[in-house]
Amino acid sequence: MHIMEGFLPAPHALAWSAAAVPFVAAGAWKLKRIVTDHPEARLQLAAAGGFAFVLSALKLPSVTGSCSHPTGTGLGTVLFGPSVMAVLGGIVLLFQALLLAHGGLTTLGANIMSMAVAGPWIAWAVWKGASLLRLPAAVGIALAAALGDLGTYLVTSAQLALAFPDPVSGFAGAYVKFAGIFALTQVPLAVAEGLVTVVVINALAGRGLVPGVGGKA
Amino acid sequence: MSARLNYLLLGLAALIVAAPLLLTPGVEFSGTDDAARDAVATVSPGYTPWAEPLWEPPGKEMESLLFAVQAAIGAGLVGYAIGRRHGRDSK
Repeated sequence: MHIMEGFLPAPHALAWSAAAVPFVAAGAWKLKRIVTDHPEARLQLAAAGGFAFVLSALKLPSVTGSCSHPTGTGLGTVLFGPSVMAVLGGIVLLFQALLLAHGGLTTLGANIMSMAVAGPWIAWAVWKGASLLRLPAAVGIALAAALGDLGTYLVTSAQLALAFPDPVSGFAGAYVKFAGIFALTQVPLAVAEGLVTVVVINALAGRGLVPGVGGKA
Repeated sequence: MSARLNYLLLGLAALIVAAPLLLTPGVEFSGTDDAARDAVATVSPGYTPWAEPLWEPPGKEMESLLFAVQAAIGAGLVGYAIGRRHGRDSK
């Protein structure tokens, strides 16, 4: 889902960066509040960031014959809500932009919007929806992580289609093209991310340390 | 949730990831990010990127190293948090 350095026209790059700023600022504020109010949560915050670090470093093969990486943002979203993930995911993306030439500084805003904002908010909505439907916590977590992962790639596809509409079929045609590259490859990887997220939350959550998750999962 | 279910889920995830390697032999598994870059070139042949990465890993091997470092940092944090949790529980 990394849009490469320079691969969004300047106005798009600027607009996505401007859009990302308030999310990252709100996330930083929430992060600070969590650390002050619940110092004991620092360990799990580190785990949430760490999980996104590992998963987004792993390029995994998919049935389409391409490889892609999961996002790892669903775990932190379920534990702490979506807003802190804008910061934690942003750190991951900055690391990759500076040290791996994956993504870039001009496209950082767009990549934050897809992986660190849209993905977590989708995961959050799914997680809340699953709770309302009284699905078992493990099922809710797996669905949230998987759909947040997949949603990230659909947003990336939309960002690219907006910037590079097809000369004939316009945005829709380009969206189908980019989503065809990203989304199909991502489906099995998103499922795998959902399963692994359940296991890691289960390992982190025992004895009710995580509100709403511990004991139920 | 039982430990057995954990193992089952991990095994299933490993199977999902490993299956393409066995089912589609002779495929290179190139990255989707690169495929998207190539798709941009076909949709908008006139587009030239207006920025370059400040720094690029010098070669594939160094790139692998940095990806491994990224994964190691993350796995270390997750493992530390889980370890602390279990240490506290067993007291």
